[in-house]
Amino acid sequence: MTLTKADIVENLHEEVGLNKREAKDLVEMFFEEIKSTLESGVNVKFSGFGNFMLRDKKERPGRNPNSGKEIPVSARRVVTFRPGQKLKHRVETYAGTDK
Amino acid sequence: MTKSEIIDLLARKQSHLSGKDVEWAIKIILERMSESLSTGNRIEVRGFGSFSLHYRAGRKGRNPKTGEPVNLAAKHVPHFKPGKELRERVDGSKASCLIQA
Repeated sequence: MTLTKADIVENLHEEVGLNKREAKDLVEMFFEEIKSTLESGVNVKFSGFGNFMLRDKKERPGRNPNSGKEIPVSARRVVTFRPGQKLKHRVETYAGTDK
Repeated sequence: MTKSEIIDLLARKQSHLSGKDVEWAIKIILERMSESLSTGNRIEVRGFGSFSLHYRAGRKGRNPKTGEPVNLAAKHVPHFKPGKELRERVDGSKASCLIQA
């Protein structure tokens, strides 16, 4: 089952005892803070979980897959996630097939 | 920006909550996310992005020290796909700020 923001809110309500409103605000703020930090050009690092790293990519040649026409892929800044050792190790042992 | 820095920041913004509760909450958020992925479940947060598992088939590797062949088992690795809003905000700011470690 996919984990959503609503599930996390429910969890905080049950485990930390925050009311639903407080839990929802905190979860929203948490993800908003990561977004605005990355937007300001600063990487975000959560030890044990992983790091959100920014990378500047140069323009490169590309192609429209439908028409086959060549169009350059413009220079852009992207976010990549590098999972931490602990998360990688926990996930590695998962043997199932459902995603 | 680290985990403790984001905890401090949120505790200051949510001053009606105790610092301890904010710290606990952030740790729980990250733990639930880790737990979800380690049981094979995706994570979807609108505007932020989604996490899923990518399968890596087993392969034959080598011990780089001894050169001895070793069998590497198949495994899953976490994968993050940034959401539209995050992608656009990050790309939109590239001209105005340099990337800081």
